[in-house]
Amino acid sequence: MTARIGVVTFPGTLDDRDTQRAVRVAGAEAVPLWHRDKDLKQVDAVVLPGGFSYGDYLRAGAISRFSPVMESVIEQAKAGMPVLGICNGFQVLTETHLLPGAMLRNNHLHFICRDQKLRVETNSTAWTADYEAGQEISIPLKNIDGRYVADERTLDLLEAEGRVAFRYLDVNPNGSLRDIAGITNEAGNVVGLMPHPEHAVEPLVGTGRTDGLGFFTSILKNLVGAR
Amino acid sequence: MTLDTVKHAEQTPEAGQPWADLGLKPDEYERIREILGRRPTGAELAMYSVMWSEHCSYKSSKVHLKQFGEKVPENDAMLVGIGENAGVVDVGQGYAVTFKVESHNHPSYIEPYQGAATGVGGIVRDILAMGARPVAVVDPLRFGAADHPDTKRVLPGVVAGIGGYGNCLGLPNIGGEVVFDPCYQGNPLVNAGCIGVMKHEDIHLAKASGTGNKVILYGARTGGDGIGGVSVLASETFESTGPAKRPAVQVGDPFQEKLLIECTLEIFREKLVAGIQDLGGAGLSCATSELASAGSGGMRVDLDTVPLRDSSLSPEEILMSESQERMCAVVEPDKVDRFMEICEKWDVIATVIGEVTEGERLEIFWHGEQIVDVPPRTVAHEGPVYHRPYERPSWQDALQADDANKLARPADATELKEQILKLVASPNQASKAWITDQYDRFVQGNTILAQPEDAGMVRVDEESNLGVAMATDGNGRYAKLDPYAGAQLALAESYRNVAASGAKPLAISNCLNFGSPEDPDVMWQFAEATRGLADGCLQLGTPVTGGNVSLYNQTGETAIHPTPVVAVLGVIDDVTRRTPIAFKEEGQLLYLLGETRAEFGGSAWSQVVHDHLGGLPPKVDLERERLLAEILISASRDGMIDAAHDLSDGGLVQAVVESCLRGNTGARLVVPDGLDAFTFLLSESAGRAVVSVPRSEELRFTDMCGARGLPVTRIGVVDGTAVEVQGQFTLSLDELRAAHAETIPGLFA
Repeated sequence: MTARIGVVTFPGTLDDRDTQRAVRVAGAEAVPLWHRDKDLKQVDAVVLPGGFSYGDYLRAGAISRFSPVMESVIEQAKAGMPVLGICNGFQVLTETHLLPGAMLRNNHLHFICRDQKLRVETNSTAWTADYEAGQEISIPLKNIDGRYVADERTLDLLEAEGRVAFRYLDVNPNGSLRDIAGITNEAGNVVGLMPHPEHAVEPLVGTGRTDGLGFFTSILKNLVGAR
Repeated sequence: MTLDTVKHAEQTPEAGQPWADLGLKPDEYERIREILGRRPTGAELAMYSVMWSEHCSYKSSKVHLKQFGEKVPENDAMLVGIGENAGVVDVGQGYAVTFKVESHNHPSYIEPYQGAATGVGGIVRDILAMGARPVAVVDPLRFGAADHPDTKRVLPGVVAGIGGYGNCLGLPNIGGEVVFDPCYQGNPLVNAGCIGVMKHEDIHLAKASGTGNKVILYGARTGGDGIGGVSVLASETFESTGPAKRPAVQVGDPFQEKLLIECTLEIFREKLVAGIQDLGGAGLSCATSELASAGSGGMRVDLDTVPLRDSSLSPEEILMSESQERMCAVVEPDKVDRFMEICEKWDVIATVIGEVTEGERLEIFWHGEQIVDVPPRTVAHEGPVYHRPYERPSWQDALQADDANKLARPADATELKEQILKLVASPNQASKAWITDQYDRFVQGNTILAQPEDAGMVRVDEESNLGVAMATDGNGRYAKLDPYAGAQLALAESYRNVAASGAKPLAISNCLNFGSPEDPDVMWQFAEATRGLADGCLQLGTPVTGGNVSLYNQTGETAIHPTPVVAVLGVIDDVTRRTPIAFKEEGQLLYLLGETRAEFGGSAWSQVVHDHLGGLPPKVDLERERLLAEILISASRDGMIDAAHDLSDGGLVQAVVESCLRGNTGARLVVPDGLDAFTFLLSESAGRAVVSVPRSEELRFTDMCGARGLPVTRIGVVDGTAVEVQGQFTLSLDELRAAHAETIPGLFA
């Protein structure tokens, strides 16, 4: 039996079907989760996909954090269940305080869609074990509110604890502090990043690379190995 | 305040009505009175005026558009033709594809962000209404001079609007164009196209049938936006004194539209609708009259049940409102509960506003009193038809006599190099990445090719790798020189682009952007362009599935260049065989397909170097285009070519530079015998493409071209880090990249 990975759909979520596909490509079972439903359907891990949940009104992720499904996700994440937040999902995770910091509008004020080079800074998370620490990958980036910020003390702490999970290479596309593209919580089960690994899992589509597949194979090994 | 009911209209036959302010002509108003046998009520007048407008009734263009339905090529792929929300073609494996291009030109000039955003929203709803999941969008755009101050206002707003709306819908933006020309200064062209995919059995049509079926309005509440001219009606009929003028440009909410898409697709999956129509131009007036006139019975609507954003709206305003993100469905009574449940799931407001009735009238009530009683066909389909006078402009001969071949050519290789560098950096030829990077091209995870490729391509089926491709093209400069040929060149280029990507062209949609139909010069351009396009489609075997006409694109007496934009849809059985434009493999051979003549009329070179527009556009040879397309498709399918790029504005050198920069490789070119370097590099002869051929395939490829009679010339090899034309000049990739990439951000970032 393979791992069951839940993919949450909020109103305005866009990349839920892509994320389900990425989960399947990696060999796991994708389980759709609905924002109004507290029931996580016994999934082993949850992905919060990208999009504009609730239209990003008020502030990206600000309304979604109060949805019924998030009550269960927060509870389970604190108990150790792996959770990955991609783009809007990362914004939701910061709004829930499962991850520190916040995302502001890109420093150039435009939406940007590009093939982005990243360095995987740590492979000691549930979602990055299949990468080498220091490995460089390229996956699509697409957002308008992608500038990661936190106070200096938090940034120093993240660095000191090895919790900066991904850093932008070559170009910092949005003015994120310390080139941070993604971070993890202390336990390594909750990871959030702005770029989109689910758009880089098949050689044929998107950028033509499969650099994002490692996120999904990592979690699969993590979960199946744990049984 | 008196409500202008049908009864009241009967009792007050001589009451004055603001028909002229609503844009109706005296004879049009008389005809309405004749149809109804009395004066129209205010609400009826509102409906007729907006539905008989140029935008909704095609009254000036209809007599010419007829050709698209008459000169129909043999084509088994056509499932739904002109007249529905969008045409539908069969792409095999049980899949059907619907696609269309529309304009949102005037609103985008007034309010660039919202104008462009709601343009995307409107075309997406058209596609959705056919029963399809929207899978991609494209945006052909035209602006005034790149360095004009107003272009700095319009372009960033339009681009942000397209991105802001389209990105929130989760639709990859895979293609389109950005063109600058001073002729569009006061009339930017913001066209938007959308592709949708469904199974054959899921095709839905806009018709209301089945007496007793419910009419459900769902989506956003109705507000006072997009009403424009009708406010005069409210103020004149109802003696109101305050400033009743409402915004003429609609305001979009992409979040609402995303919910509407998912909600509607779920409704389709459960087969809950008998007929469906999106609300776009003319809002409820259009949706109710079109649904009713396409169905078998009549329709009764209780207008006071429509959910409002602004409770002070008059019935006339509600009928005319162009509030976005609304749909109208006809649902059998026993399916209404489930319909409502799905809407509730998606937080979409849905209201039963009426029902299908026996008889043949569209009847609308306001708190129980009847304000509309009309035969719906007379509103929706039997509007006025004009045979506008047209005549070849007096200046056309002089324009064509001003031959571009008389322009001074570069004196030596150094000047040729300088001119090419200038061309590559010119706003029309420069990289548009700064613009297209503001659009999401990856969402949905099916994007095979996106800009700057020749055509956008998306995968339709993950198991079989079936895919569809689309390209949009239109060259207003060519069309100005010869509208008949210009329209065919737009068709040919779009067709060629689709074929260059490896897909087989199936059918077309068009967006015909012209000046005022009341000007016989413009009307001649329109007549010639439609004739050219219809003849061209017949010859290439690609039927017109639908389209859009945008007239009155002019400032004062000056019209834009006639700009027919053609979107060609193609199908590819296996997307792994698609052909990108990038030259990647060093050592591969470069072949030029087709014939190069000294053709510079309307060319990019004549514009950039000489600011000249005159002479004749490149010669059209559609049989050659068809042969070229067949060769490109076969070569792609059989693995004989690794890259292909069509040749169009900027000629060979522009194509080679783009392919080199895309693949980050250089190329060494040799000027073929019988051609001078200038003509070889910069001529815009049609029916050509450049391909990159693996050495192992060279013989097979050239044999195939030879056997089929397509001229093929070996022009060089993929090699190095520069574009080198032997005996002429060398331009390093770095130099070319800087020239190509920096122009647009330099102007707009």
